Amino acid sequence: MNPTVVSFIYLVAGILFILGIKGLTKPKTAVRGNTLSALGMLIAVVVTLLDGDVVNYNFIIAGVLVGSCIGAVMALKIQMTSMPQMVALLNGFGGGASLTIALAEYYSKLGSAPESFSEILTPVVASSSNFGSGPEGTIALVSIGLTVLIGALTLTGSLVAFAKLQELMKKSYGLPGGPIGNGIFLVASAVAVVCLVLNPGNTAAMVAIVGLALLLGLFLVMPIGGADMPVVIALLNSYSGIAAALAGFILGNTVLIVAGSLVGTSGLILTQIMCVAMNRSLTNVLFGKMAAGGEAVDADEIYAGKVTSAQPDEVAMMLEMAKRVVIVPGYGMAMAQAQHAVRELADSMEAKGVEVEYGIHPVAGRMPGHMNVLLAEAEVSYDKLVEMERINPTFEDTDVVIVIGANDVTNPMARESEGSPIYGMPILNVDKARNVVVIKRSLSPGFAGLPNPLFAMDHTVMVYGDGKKAVVEMTTALNQA
Amino acid sequence: MEILILLLALFVLSLFLGVELITKVPPTLHTPLMSGTNAVSGITLVGALLAAGSDSSPLLVNGLGFVAVTLATINVVGGYLVTNRMLAMFKRK
Repeated sequence: MNPTVVSFIYLVAGILFILGIKGLTKPKTAVRGNTLSALGMLIAVVVTLLDGDVVNYNFIIAGVLVGSCIGAVMALKIQMTSMPQMVALLNGFGGGASLTIALAEYYSKLGSAPESFSEILTPVVASSSNFGSGPEGTIALVSIGLTVLIGALTLTGSLVAFAKLQELMKKSYGLPGGPIGNGIFLVASAVAVVCLVLNPGNTAAMVAIVGLALLLGLFLVMPIGGADMPVVIALLNSYSGIAAALAGFILGNTVLIVAGSLVGTSGLILTQIMCVAMNRSLTNVLFGKMAAGGEAVDADEIYAGKVTSAQPDEVAMMLEMAKRVVIVPGYGMAMAQAQHAVRELADSMEAKGVEVEYGIHPVAGRMPGHMNVLLAEAEVSYDKLVEMERINPTFEDTDVVIVIGANDVTNPMARESEGSPIYGMPILNVDKARNVVVIKRSLSPGFAGLPNPLFAMDHTVMVYGDGKKAVVEMTTALNQA
Repeated sequence: MEILILLLALFVLSLFLGVELITKVPPTLHTPLMSGTNAVSGITLVGALLAAGSDSSPLLVNGLGFVAVTLATINVVGGYLVTNRMLAMFKRK
């Protein structure tokens, strides 16, 4: 096919991707946007297949068949509570795809590939002119090196993120020396990229980049704990996009560059939003522990004798009298699979004329927007899901707040206690409401490891137990009232 | 060299466009945004097809191409399907 026509159709595909993301700016147009984006993908793939460079279809058919089956099964079987795991895996596969493309391009341009295991490290004679004339050859080599680097670390980093989210890996491991250890790995892989650019036939350098980057991905994510996962997933999302854009530079392919940079910025912006919502810098999330509290806070001192507990039917009485109730969900709601029960409770309240809204903290859950997807699954209308900035001024006019499975994002110490590690983190000001109901298994601290003075306040009652069971009992009691 | 400048210009302009677009996506749709962009980053399938389908190259290239096609296809098919599944839940009222 005429290269001009191919480029033109890639442009059309790029426009469809942009329109697709534009559609995501409103829930009403989002489905159409996704369809447009998929259409762009389809025409980009079809035009590539019709392009004269593709002559051997066996590997393609096999790959597309295997990939489609795995992708479709994952997409249709996955539970909404497990979306963070799915996105983590997809990030990793994106990085892996860019990695293998860059490797294929490298060996293809080199004109020879190792035929046995021992030949992998044997240098071959090659110069940058194999990869393009003059500076273009150098640029292609730099792009290959960087794509391999970022693709490989995205692959292993995402697999670790998946293992942590799936709770296959519960402990946190890190390199001795923490950030310095990681820094040494990063510098070493950068040096390997330089070696490759200076001597393109140095296949050992390529092997070194792959190995170092794979390890770097492991070591970067292994020390990071569960509640910081939203940041890590968003960042790896960004890396997978950057790797795709770099692969576009290797192949001189415009649609890869456009699509990759859109994904790259998307991930970066989400990372930024998550960091702001935790009042922590990216370096602090990646390398730091949460700052040790200035003065040690004694949980017993805060809770002793001041915590009131209540039974679900007592809460139901409270709810019946209320005019306005706000529900604040957290990761605990996802763990307890309580989203449907919560919606049924809200339905019962609304049937009695109570106004119900949901207050969503940006880092509630294990990925950006996690709570919204769960509640949407339970058929909660999206206009009832209110962001932190808009819900906070309304708490003073709220009769009851139900906190289910959230802890640190409601801790008033973030607002009041200057020495506290979470001081300055924006929180949902649920303590301003007239009554607060906290559904929780015990008084155990959240991820920050801090006691929550909210639980000891006079207008707070604790309902201990399984989130789903407690909510169901409240609904039953409310319906009987 | 001129081509490189053009590609670079395209890259930088796309970054700016990305910032403009993504900042307008409401927090409610951030999870579908992530899975949707995962699907878009499956555009590496285009590069993968070229590698897997090339002829005069060593077999290793085709093999790597096969792995790339498989991974990118998982992203494309899995990403679009799961995004569609989620967005359908947001649509119904």
